Amino acid sequence: MSNIFSFPPFFEKFVRKLKELKFKIPVRFLRKALPYIFILPFFGYIMLTWIAPVIITIVLSFTKTQWTITRMEFSGLENYFRIFTRDIFVFSALRVTVLYVSSVLMINAFFSLLLAILVTYFVRNESVAAAIRLAWLIPRITPAVIYALLWRWFIDPRIGLLNKMLSMFNLPAPHDWLLTAPYSQILMIVVNGYVGASFGMIIYSAAITSIPRELFYAASIDGASDLQVIRHIIVPLLKWPIFFVTVWQTLSLISSYEHILALWAGGAGVARAAGVEVWALYAYSRAFYSAEYGYGAALSVFLVIIGLVFIVIFFKIFGFERMMQPSKVEV
Amino acid sequence: MMNGNSSYKSKIRRARIRRWITIIVVYSILLIPLTPILLMVGWLVAQSISKGPAIGIIPNGFTLENFRFLWAPIRFGLSEYPNIWPLVMNSLLLALGTTAFEIPVAALAGYVLSRMEFRGRMATMKLIVALHAFPGVILLIALFYILNRIGLYGKGLLTLLGVALIKAGLGVPMDTWILKGFFDGIPWELEWAAMVDGSTRFQTWRKILLPIVAPGISAVALFSFMGGWGEFLIAYTYIKRKEFYPLSVFLYSVIGEFVYVDWGLLAAVALFYMLPVLIFYALAQKTLLKLQLVGAVKG
Repeated sequence: MSNIFSFPPFFEKFVRKLKELKFKIPVRFLRKALPYIFILPFFGYIMLTWIAPVIITIVLSFTKTQWTITRMEFSGLENYFRIFTRDIFVFSALRVTVLYVSSVLMINAFFSLLLAILVTYFVRNESVAAAIRLAWLIPRITPAVIYALLWRWFIDPRIGLLNKMLSMFNLPAPHDWLLTAPYSQILMIVVNGYVGASFGMIIYSAAITSIPRELFYAASIDGASDLQVIRHIIVPLLKWPIFFVTVWQTLSLISSYEHILALWAGGAGVARAAGVEVWALYAYSRAFYSAEYGYGAALSVFLVIIGLVFIVIFFKIFGFERMMQPSKVEV
Repeated sequence: MMNGNSSYKSKIRRARIRRWITIIVVYSILLIPLTPILLMVGWLVAQSISKGPAIGIIPNGFTLENFRFLWAPIRFGLSEYPNIWPLVMNSLLLALGTTAFEIPVAALAGYVLSRMEFRGRMATMKLIVALHAFPGVILLIALFYILNRIGLYGKGLLTLLGVALIKAGLGVPMDTWILKGFFDGIPWELEWAAMVDGSTRFQTWRKILLPIVAPGISAVALFSFMGGWGEFLIAYTYIKRKEFYPLSVFLYSVIGEFVYVDWGLLAAVALFYMLPVLIFYALAQKTLLKLQLVGAVKG
């Protein structure tokens, strides 16, 4: 059984060479050490881009670091006092984040469920279904900047199509989608909703496909309608995938701001003026637009903590197995 | 008898109507929300070859003038570039750098996790899963600190490589996991059989393992290349000198300058930038869905 794990050939060669040269090498030791040597670069990366940054974020949050990020000046809890008492933008950032996460989640976790059921259960032609899934993937695979550019055109009051389409149906067409508050927030939700919808769609589709066909046949012989099949067979069986997608998307929405930054281009104040500056973007803009790195880090610490809490939740609720295969259905 | 027959017929008719209604409802829910997206893509293509502003998705006169950026200087409002190719080279360097930093490390770690027993193996796998869930983008401030500390900030091409390194580091857990899956998928018996037949360990590795794994590794490598090519946020945050902008940051800086928008030129550059992505997904769609790589992206 010890042969289950093979060693790469050059290692064996290397060992043979060493033996030929009559070196007294502890082969057993090398055998034991080899996996660690191979995985060392991996851990180097993990340290560099994950572990160290988490620690540095926390350390920076206790400093009054400005203008030059490498010059730290400890200031105790000053940044946190500022967040809780003196910063007037914190509350609006919080409000926008709650609006953003809850609304986009509706699209990403539940509308995507509807899409997945429709495309998997109702669309019988496999290549049509694949084409529809691919079309829904467009917003996700389009580079963020191009996606923003496309929306820029679409909402443009002069040459864009959105307002023309709206006035065709006699709906109000605001002149400025980008900067007028309720409209800009609707835009934010829709733009991000398109990006996230395909994630749930893929996971749910895989789950629905793995439901044994016999269940559907049995139900239809018993006279169940399509709606009953969905309500009493598909949705109950998709309990875990739905739960998984919801929790996963909540975390990634709380921390995501790339598409907002890309669409509301033009510098620090644009997203804030438009009322679409979510917490993560606010932290970013404090650090990189006003060069208040310490304060930005303090704002990020909340996100780091949320991230860590979610990871604990993931392991506690879903366990290792379910996290690996979120679209597995347990019949 | 007549009565029974007609009620049977009307039942069939009603069932048929209901079926049509179902189909119409299903397809309208699936397709109507897609119209804006499809219109946008259609516009991008139409605008890039049209003289004036395109009317919706219908080109307004035909011209290739918009693609003059391929050989002539580009002017966007206040900024002028002598040529697009340095920007393309920057994007290429970023994409290739990301792949080069990421894939060997991930392949090695994936191999170890799949084929070797060592203490902490399970813990490493759990760490990978945890990191996959943890949002890397909130660490940009601290990563900026690290970039400064290791002396890669404000160094032109070196900064570009620094961005590639960070991008690679953030992507390594996921890729390691996918590649481990590849190695897992190769039955050990295959290697065993070859060795029983008298092949050496090196031959086994060279002739059996590598050919099976190579397509998978190259798929993951291509995927990471596309990630680097499309990268915007990290590059935008850390690269401040215009000569070293990748295409994404360049386009963003142009979009930010509200005033003088030349939609035709913008659309042409955007289409040019998107072309590799489009080709890649058109070719690799099936493989990607099979590998669940698309679902593996955060979002």
